[in-house]
Amino acid sequence: MIAIVDYDAGNLTSVARAMAHLGYACDITKDEDRIRNAERVIFPGVGAAGSAMESLRRLGLDRAIQETFASGKPLLGICLGTQIIMGFSEEDGGVDCLGIVAGRTRLFSNRMTDAAGAHLKIPHMGWNRVRLNRSHPVLAGIGDGDEFYFVHSYYPDPDDESQVIGRTEHGIAFASVIGTANLIATQFHPEKSGRPGLTLLKNFCEWTPC
Amino acid sequence: MLSKRIIPCLDVREGKTTKGIKFENNVDIGDPVEMAKFYYEAGADELVFYDITASHEKRGIMIEVVRRVAETIFIPFSVGGGIRTKEDMREVLLAGAEKISVNSAAVKNPEIISEGAKAFGSQCVVLGMDVKAVDKSEKIPSGYEIVINGGRTYMGMDALAWAKRGQELGAGEICLNSIDADGTREGYELTLTELISENVDIPVIASGGAGKPEHLADVLTQGKADAALIASMTHYGHYTVAEIKSFLDSSGIKVRMRW
Repeated sequence: MIAIVDYDAGNLTSVARAMAHLGYACDITKDEDRIRNAERVIFPGVGAAGSAMESLRRLGLDRAIQETFASGKPLLGICLGTQIIMGFSEEDGGVDCLGIVAGRTRLFSNRMTDAAGAHLKIPHMGWNRVRLNRSHPVLAGIGDGDEFYFVHSYYPDPDDESQVIGRTEHGIAFASVIGTANLIATQFHPEKSGRPGLTLLKNFCEWTPC
Repeated sequence: MLSKRIIPCLDVREGKTTKGIKFENNVDIGDPVEMAKFYYEAGADELVFYDITASHEKRGIMIEVVRRVAETIFIPFSVGGGIRTKEDMREVLLAGAEKISVNSAAVKNPEIISEGAKAFGSQCVVLGMDVKAVDKSEKIPSGYEIVINGGRTYMGMDALAWAKRGQELGAGEICLNSIDADGTREGYELTLTELISENVDIPVIASGGAGKPEHLADVLTQGKADAALIASMTHYGHYTVAEIKSFLDSSGIKVRMRW
């Protein structure tokens, strides 16, 4: 069974629907034991880091996710989930997060411009490319021109460059895919990214981290 | 770099899609779930459903449409029309929409924007604005006034001031519809679109007047829009989304070319 961590951070049904479309049943759950017993864990989320960490701690799910990572089971972070696997987030005045990946989640500057000098809007909302630093089994079949759907004002910034699988340009080249051991985490929403997003989800479901 | 988004808009009445010209003489042209699937596969970047069901009792039909669309397509879509309360928003979001759009309900009760943003996040809340050009006055300094009821009722609100207020209240995006251009197929209202887009920090979707690919190129460059809404130009088969995107791509506008 694949568990989707439910910690009151936005609508998790879209991830479950995309998984159902691919033929994988998911268990949307707040129960730490069900998460510990799952074969794979998806950690999505929409909202703010502060209230998300509060909910995770209240439900005891912070430990369940840290243990999932330590156990070697495939773990997929999506959007806010990806931001709070970092050590710290600048959101909500600064929040200590799960610390699975060393580094910070930072706020985009609102003074960024593109190459033509036009003001770049925040949130970074819409379709954008991912430039891969290296290949990864979960990104198999995804090409350079493929685009993914993003909605976010903060971005993860890992300390260790070797954990950055792909980067995306929005004023700066931020880490849009992070991977280490059995963790893969995307800043974009694969469940809303059409064919390449569904490919990524399917790859995750078949992935055996070595 | 972000791609400019091409967003087909489907008007839905009692579970069937329609396309009105200047909001009158709507005719049924199909099943919204089928059309959503068609556009998803055709390369649309996002979809907008606008519920024009008049009777409140039949609103449940739309929720069922949203649920079926959400099971069928895996790109973002928003739903507008008839959303008046936070509970209305919750219902549509839980059924699977990515965003909800508020228009006349926000004009009458601006707090709905902040309530929605607080409960579900700004990224879920689109402020829909119907706008008509009027003479500049003390009350309407931009020369663009907010209207409701399909353009029949003038609200005495300046469109630029309302856009800024909407952003402050927590709207994550603006869908800017020119009633003057809507249904004409003669091009978007570029002056209005540029004015709003230049003066807010949130993305602006231009709406009303698309008739050919050049119109989208104009509004995405000169008009500085982040996205363009289309309806009849693709609904009736005059153009495909791919043809529009190829034109934009060859005009040097970044659009999503692989899907």
